[in-house]
Order: sequence, then C-alpha cells, then structure tokens
Amino acid sequence: MNEPLVAIRGLTVAFNGVPALRGIDVDVGKGEAVGLVGESGSGKSVTWLAALGLLPATARVAGSVTLGGEELLGAAPARLDDVRGGRIAMIFQDPASALNPVHRIGKQITEALRLHRGLTGAAARAEAIRLLEQVGIPDPRRRIDIYPHEMSGGQNQRLMIAMALAGQPELLIADEPTTALDATIQAQILDLLRRLRAETGMALVLISHDLGVVADMCDRVGVMYAGRIVEEAAADDIFAHPAHPYTAGLLAALPDMDGPRRRLEAIPGFVPEPWAMPPGCAFAPRCDRATDACAAAMPAARDVTARHTATRHTAACLHPRVREFAL
Amino acid sequence: MLRFLAIRFGRAALTIVLVVTFAFVVLRLSGDPAITIMSPEAPPEALAAFRTAWGLDQPIWVQYLRYFGAIFQGELGQSMRDGRPALTLVIERIPATLALTLPAFAMKIALGIPAGVYAALHRNSLTDRLVMAGAVAGFTVPSFVLGLILVLVFAVKLGWLPSGGQESWRSAILPVITMGLGGAGVLARFTRSAMLEVLGQPFIRTASAKGVPWGQVVRGHALPNAAIPTITIVGFMVGSLIAGAVVVESVFSWPGVGRLLVVAVANRDLAVVQCILLLVASTMVVSNLTVDLLYGVLDPRLRGRTS
Repeated sequence: MNEPLVAIRGLTVAFNGVPALRGIDVDVGKGEAVGLVGESGSGKSVTWLAALGLLPATARVAGSVTLGGEELLGAAPARLDDVRGGRIAMIFQDPASALNPVHRIGKQITEALRLHRGLTGAAARAEAIRLLEQVGIPDPRRRIDIYPHEMSGGQNQRLMIAMALAGQPELLIADEPTTALDATIQAQILDLLRRLRAETGMALVLISHDLGVVADMCDRVGVMYAGRIVEEAAADDIFAHPAHPYTAGLLAALPDMDGPRRRLEAIPGFVPEPWAMPPGCAFAPRCDRATDACAAAMPAARDVTARHTATRHTAACLHPRVREFAL
Repeated sequence: MLRFLAIRFGRAALTIVLVVTFAFVVLRLSGDPAITIMSPEAPPEALAAFRTAWGLDQPIWVQYLRYFGAIFQGELGQSMRDGRPALTLVIERIPATLALTLPAFAMKIALGIPAGVYAALHRNSLTDRLVMAGAVAGFTVPSFVLGLILVLVFAVKLGWLPSGGQESWRSAILPVITMGLGGAGVLARFTRSAMLEVLGQPFIRTASAKGVPWGQVVRGHALPNAAIPTITIVGFMVGSLIAGAVVVESVFSWPGVGRLLVVAVANRDLAVVQCILLLVASTMVVSNLTVDLLYGVLDPRLRGRTS
C-alpha cells in the first residue's frame, strides 16, 4: 500500500481527563476494507468519531488524521463539513434513532445531495429515488415521502446507507451496522455493503464486535483492547494465527462452525477501567503469558512474523504466540 | 382522526363541567352572598328576600340544575351587586387584560425561547449559567414581589413610570414586564432542557456526519424536534391569557378580568365568579386541545396513532 487514503497516527482521546484512546495508528487504503474489532468501550467507534470531529467538545483529541495527505484534526468546520458525507460517510448502530424522526425520508437524502453534489428540486428527488433503489428499498417512489418510523429497522439501515452514498464517498465507516438488526436482516445488509463496494469501489471501515462478520467482509483487521490496537493483520492471517493472547482469547470464545463441539473458553477477569489503566500492557492482568516486563511498560506494536506477506502482521505484545510454519 | 377528535372534545367538555361544578360547590359552601353583599347587620327579612330573589333558599342541587339549565340556554346569570348580566361585566374587562397578557406573552416567547436555545447550545458556559440563574430567579420570585420591586425602582425611586392605574400605555409597561420575565424564565428552562435532550440524540450526530453545517443542524434538525415538548408550555401560556393576570392586576390596580375576579370572590358575587371560571376553563381547554392537534402536525410519529 503506497499512499493510504486515510492515515491515523498517534490518535488519543480523553473525556474529562479519562483516556478513551491511547495512541491509535490505522491506515485505510483506497478501496480497501478494514475491520476494527473489540469489546464495547475498546475505542472502535471513538477512533472514527474523533477522526471526523464528531465527538462532543468536552473530548480532548490529539494526534493526526490525514485524508489524502490533508490534516483533518483541527481543520476548519466548513472543511470538515465537506469531508463528512462527501469524502467520508458514516453509518451507525441503531438506524431508528440515527434518523431524524420529523423529516421525510426523501428530505434526509436530498439534504446530503444538496450539500455535496449541489442537486436540488426534481433532480435531487430523482437521484434520491435512484439511491433508494440502489440500496434495495422497494417502491422508492412512494417510500420517499414517508417517515423513518414507518419503515422497519432493516429498511432504515438501508436508508442510512443511501444517505451515506448520496455524497459519493471514497470511504464508508460502518459503525456496528447490523448489531441492532435480526440475524437474517444482518446478512442482507452485509450483502448490500459488499455489493455497493463492488459497484462504487469505495473503501470500507467496518466496526464490529463480531469477528465472523469482520472476517467475512474485510481485507485487513485491527483488534482493539482498552483504547489501543493490540494486533493487526490480513483477515485470514489474524484468524488462522492470532499472535496476541487477547485475539487468541477472543477466538477461543467463539464456537466453531464446523469441527467438533468443544467448551467455549471465556477470557478470565475484566477490562481495566479507563481511569485505572495499568502502566504496562492493559491485557497483562488477564494474560497467562504475562511477565513482570509486561506490567512495566506498554509494549509497542512489532512484526510477529519474519515471513514476507503482502500485509504486515503486527502485535503489541512482548510474548506473542509464535506462528508455527509447516516445514 | 374523527374518533380522536371526538374523544378529545368529550374530555374537554368534561373538564369544563368539573371546573364549573367545583367552583359552584365551593363558592356556596364558603360564604353567604346575602350577608357579604347586604351587610351582616341587614334585617333578617331583607336577607331572606335577597336569598329568595336569587334562588339561594333552594337546596344546592336545585340551584345547580337551574344553573346548568341556564348555561345551555346561553344565560350566565346576573351580578348580584349591580344586576347587570355577568357575561357583559366580564367581556368589558377582557380588552384591558389582553392589553397586559398579549404583550407579556410576546415577551415570554421572544425572550424565553432564544435564551433557552442559546443556553443549551453553550451548555455549562458562563452565559448558560447566567441565563439559567436569571431564569430561576424569574420564575421563583413571586410576581407580586417582582411587581413591587419594579414599582419601587421605576415608579417610586426613578419616577420614570406610573405605579398603577390605566392612564396611558406607559402604565402597562411594569405589569407587562412583571409577567413577561417570570414566563420567560419558565420557557427558557423548558426550551433549554428540550434542546439538550434533542442535541444528545443520535440523529443529530448523523446530520453532522452527513456534512450538514452546525447552524443548519440546529435550525433544521434540532429545533423542530425540540419544539414538540416546548409547545406544551406555550399552550399553557396561551390558556392563561385571560386569567393569568390576577395577581399582577391587583398589584398594579389594573381594571382587568383578574381584578374583577378578586372583587367578585370577595363579595361572593356568584354569577360573576362562575362566568369568569367558565371562561378561564374554556380558554385553557381550547388551548390544550390546540396543542394536542399541533403535536400531530409537529411529530409525524403521533399522526399514525390519532387516525
């Protein structure tokens, strides 16, 4: 990957002095699909809300977020408004509450069309209908004049996606897009995202706590724990050969789809509270590989394999699980 | 929709009947108009004649039925003091009251809503704290205290404005400010909390994520949603346009409906009191009904349920 579309470097966020993000580095290449997994509170959403300047003013954000080389942190509000919805769009977890209840569906889409593509009136309406069609909302000519509460959760998430597509973004950030939906609807929404990516070539960041969803959709995956990325690799790599004990723990807690039935192993202990982070590795207190060195200082991300792969495989761990190669 | 309207109208009518009934009973249990109007030293025959003339010698339920029978014929009775129709007495006073309450209402809206919106948008800032401190002071200080302070400062000390009466439009300034400040305080607090509630909703973040400039997010996305709870309190203010000035009219000796009510209650001038209460209950009920209908206009989620 030569020139990333979005490069996040050393991003930190604190709410009222309590750190939520403790130094995040992420790259997203043009057209690439990147997954971010982790438990709630690990900082997956905060990373992207901070990148787009969507956190409340009480949040203290530092570091660097560049889009095509342009710094976004601290950019002028008007500049950010062009980027948001125009070059980077975002969809959220609970579509029912993420849509304005008093605006008709058409208006919510044409608003983005006016802001980012200068479309108004009949042209905007026609394009809105096309977008509703594109995301698979049946009978868009009628639906365009109804309100979000008159549609199902799945339809609302499709509408959110249509709104996001309105600005023809280069990157779509999908923040737990299927968490609030039924399993069958989930699969439909993921199919839709996959199809739209193929049609438009836009990059995707998929934020999810569901490893299976991320493995299925993404080229590259970052695993987050307590405000840091603890492991990052190509999707196949990370699931086949987890290097960080936390990632390995997450995978061990998942049931196998095929293979013999086995007891699921929960990771012992709890995520440390953000105001009581240990000075060293945040996972050390729960880790069976931890040594005194782990508790002393935060381990930096480093390559865990000498083998040359297209995507680096890094883990922020002093004692990564060593990958065994078939000789 | 028709069913919804029928239920609302039915409830409204019931509310009015209850208010009027309550007033009827309480007034008749709490004093004898014959004595208050004629004087306690009047000869017993004169008192008896007065009671017979006004039907007060009848059992209370007969009086009550007669009263309701009369209302349905559009007859609200006569003042026991000067024999003129109660309705005429009350209607005469309405313009004077509206001359205070309408400007005060405009002041509440013009001051309270922008102050509340501003405070919400600058939450926890110094301005927010100042606005909210002012708002709390505005509605916790009773209007007779505020009125007297204003009189003391602007009429007695500075001599800029009259302390009462109804000589010119200048007499209306202090009573209007007295009422306006209190109401603006209530409205500011209500608007602020409604705005804060809405600004915390996920769809506000969606609008920002869509690239909508903040000013348009506030005007186009937050305000229309915050209007829904705010309209309730505005409705109450509309409902009290006729009767909301009882205290202020007394403080500033303003000859409106409120003062008429105070005098009529003191005299047990039953027909006049009941006529005013009927009017007050009706305006309150009509404005509440209007608010209910406005909810449907403002909030599409409520439309489905009403039809």
